[in-house]
Parts: sequence; C-alpha cells; structure tokens
Amino acid sequence: MIINHPLLGPRDAQEFVYLGDASLIGRPDGMTEGAVDAFHDYLYLRDNPAGEHRELWYHEQGDRSWLVVTRNTVTHEVVSVEIARDVARKMGRSK
Amino acid sequence: MRYSGWRVIREALTGHKGWTPAWRDPEPQAAYDILVVGGGGHGLATAYYLAKEFGQAKIAVLEKGYIGGGNVGRNTTIIRSNYLLDGNQPFYEFSLKLWEGLEQDFNYNAMVSQRGIINLFHTDAQRDAYTRRGNAMILHGADAEMLNRDQVRALYPFLNFDNARFPIKGALMQRRGGTVRHDAVAWGYARGADQRGVDIIQNCEVTGIRTEHGRVTGVDTTRGFIGAKKVGVAVAGSSSKVMAHAGMRLPMESHVLQAFVSEGLKPVIDGVMTYGAGHFYVSQSDKGGLVFGGDIDGYNSYAQRGNMPVVEDVAEGGMSLMPMIGRARLLRMWGGIMDMSMDGSPIIDKTDIDGLYFNGGWCYGGFKATPASGWCFAHLLATDQSHSTATAYRFDRFRKGLMIDEKGQGAQPNLH
Repeated sequence: MIINHPLLGPRDAQEFVYLGDASLIGRPDGMTEGAVDAFHDYLYLRDNPAGEHRELWYHEQGDRSWLVVTRNTVTHEVVSVEIARDVARKMGRSK
Repeated sequence: MRYSGWRVIREALTGHKGWTPAWRDPEPQAAYDILVVGGGGHGLATAYYLAKEFGQAKIAVLEKGYIGGGNVGRNTTIIRSNYLLDGNQPFYEFSLKLWEGLEQDFNYNAMVSQRGIINLFHTDAQRDAYTRRGNAMILHGADAEMLNRDQVRALYPFLNFDNARFPIKGALMQRRGGTVRHDAVAWGYARGADQRGVDIIQNCEVTGIRTEHGRVTGVDTTRGFIGAKKVGVAVAGSSSKVMAHAGMRLPMESHVLQAFVSEGLKPVIDGVMTYGAGHFYVSQSDKGGLVFGGDIDGYNSYAQRGNMPVVEDVAEGGMSLMPMIGRARLLRMWGGIMDMSMDGSPIIDKTDIDGLYFNGGWCYGGFKATPASGWCFAHLLATDQSHSTATAYRFDRFRKGLMIDEKGQGAQPNLH
C-alpha cells in the first residue's frame, strides 16, 4: 500500500505504524456525566466497517506526523490522506 | 452411512457405487428453533453438539459461501492448549481433550496428529516465563515439558542455534499438541450435524436480523426471511458486519493474517515449532509442504489477502530460524480475516437482545478452539448458561476490567 503523504508525497505503508479507527481523535471528556460509559465505548468498541474506513497512521520512519488515512478495507485502496492535526483542529481541538 | 474399513473394502469390491453425499443440500424451511449463522468450523461444531449433546431439534446452519471456504479452510491446522491465564487454559484444555476423541465421536477421519508443539525461547527471562506457563498448564491438567538446548537440537538439528540476536536456549514442549486436517474438521462436523437432522444451507448470506420488542424473530437472507426462536452468530472476521444488523458495535477489529505452503519436501519437521521472537511458526503437512506463517498484517482489512511487507517479514523469520528454508519454493500463500478482539481473547455470550447469541473474537487462534467453542456455544444456546470453561468470555469484561490479555499488551488489537 502507498500512502500519499500530504507533505512528503507517496510513501510506502511500511514506513508507518498503524493505530486504528480515527474516532480515537475524539477523546471523551472525563469530567462529564456518563464519562465511564463514554470511555468504555471510546476504548473498546469499533465500527470496523467493510468499505471506507478513516484510520490513524503514524509516520514513524519519516517525519513522525500522524495522518488520517481514508482507506477501503475491502480493496486496500487509499482514498484520501489528511494531517491528523488539521482534522483534530477542525473538530475543535486546540492542538 | 457409517464410514469404516469394512465399508471401504465393500465399496472397492462393488465399484464404489454406494458412496452418497456426506450431507444434504436442503431448501431453507420457513422457521427453525435455532439458527446458527456461519457454516465455518465453529458454527458447524455448534450445530453438531446442539443436536448430539443437548438434544435440540429444528436447527439450521446458514453459510454465505460454501462449507470449508472460510477460515476453517485457511488456517495452519495447529491444535494446542499452552495458555497461561485462568480464563483461557481450562477452555483450551477442554478443546484439546475433545480433539483427542473427535474422530471416533463424529466417525470421520480428521487426521488428528498429536505430533508435539514447541515454543522456542532465547533468553533467561523468556525461559522463566515459559516455565511459569508450563506450570500453569500442568496445574490445569494439561501436559508441559521444558526442553533444554540439547533436547531441542536432538529434535531439530538443523535449526540456527547460534543466531546472534536470538540464540536458541530451549523450548516449552506440549507433546499432546499437533495438527489436524482442517477441511476434514468442517466436513466431519457438517456430516455429523446433517445426520442428526441439522439443515446446512449454503450460499445463504444473512442481510438483516429482525427483532420485535427486544426479542429476535429471525433473519433476512439472500434466500428470503427465515424465522427463529434463537439465533447464534459465529462468523469470525465478519462478526462486526453481521452484528451491525442488530445495531451492535463490537470490541473487535477485522485484520488479515497470511499463511504459506512450500512445495512438497521430504519429511524434515515432524512436529510444530513456534519462533515468536522471529514472527514465524512452521509445521510440515503429510503431503510434505512446509506450512508456515507469522504475524497479522496489522491494519483493518476484509480483503482475504495481505501485502508484501509481511511476506518479507515471515520469510526473514524463516531464514533466521532454519536457513535451509531459503532453498524451498513457495507453492501457495493466502489470507484470512481475523476477528481481533481488544484483549486477544474470545467472546461466547448472550447479547442485550433476547434470543441473540454471539461467538467470536477468536483472533488468529480459532482453529484449535473449534470443538470447545462449538460445545460451549451449544451449551449457551441450549441452556442460557455459560459452560464452566467459558465463563470468562463475556462482553462485559471490558467494562469490568476483567480482560483476558495473554500477552499483556492492552486494548490494541493489532498487537495481539
């Protein structure tokens, strides 16, 4: 698989470490009501779709950036690649 | 028809005209008491034990493809019960005991071969960990033996004992471990279930699960609606897909695991060998092919094929353990979809929907578990109680902090 890095261009997936579903960016607030349930779901439950999947890849053998890669889990086709920081900021995270 | 040596002779003398298909190909009925979704090893074993041990009737197995076409025909055929933790070891030992009596039980030659499995170690710390594991196995009634370097050398003199990074210091041996002809397991269970009245319905994919007032009423399939009082789902890598029909999210990711077979060679490896440090394990089939594999690819996949980096990693592992493997040519390689759970251990449990039961999360260890998985799932479906060896395999163990994490690696499926 080739991951088209937004800054570095096409890189082999072997340079990356895989973390999993990009929903991990949306860490729940531990101070709210129902935080225990929210953390259970956040930590352990996954959509695990057959088809397009947004997921976190870390460019460990490269520039050490976190990327959000949209990839088809049935064909392994990489559909789009974003810098994870940009995605997190769009979701309202400060960093 | 009962299979026996006499039967073979009789058929040989009468031109082999008396053999009949091993199971029927029935049309689905409108409704069943129990539907098992998934005609793999676990689903077929579940149906077989439901009919045979738990006296249930009106059972059907729904399979989206054909019998033997999924993971039961894609694994590397190893059986063992060398687990450490309390939640696991009694279950896997139960499974190994069922393997030992399986062929007589279902009257089918599954080529169960207890040729012994060794786990190599390379450091003092690893030796201590394996000693502890061996003791845990013995305490739960299994067999375990520590081999020193010379004993391993006597078994496999061709190994690379003086590898600079991972010199072989010894191994944990389980002599009752071994291999089984995997397709024959599916065929044997299918035939045994069919003989006891179970309908095995192939080319029948579940496309929906219907519920009414929190109770399951049946499933929609590519061959129409089929009603049921109870539905048991045992679909391995497709677990998330099927359970999503009931609105459930699972503590699971689907990953691809690759396996390899070399060309047929003269006998060289008479047991099973695992080389965890090198991401490599190997045995030799009765046809002579070296059957080997390594780690999962490590990313979510439903593709039933992997990528080259893991092929390279497995080949490197093989070369560092037994350099002569470099002369063997690869005959086949393939991938299967693993239902990787968050702690690396399975789930056999009820769901919040009455009459809907789930069996999955076997990671890459499902084959050895087949008989006990079927037995325990049948026990749960028939009695609504967990079998005594499967009480830890619950959905709520993540909420309660009762994870069964053999490797101690946390909630990270691609590390198990």
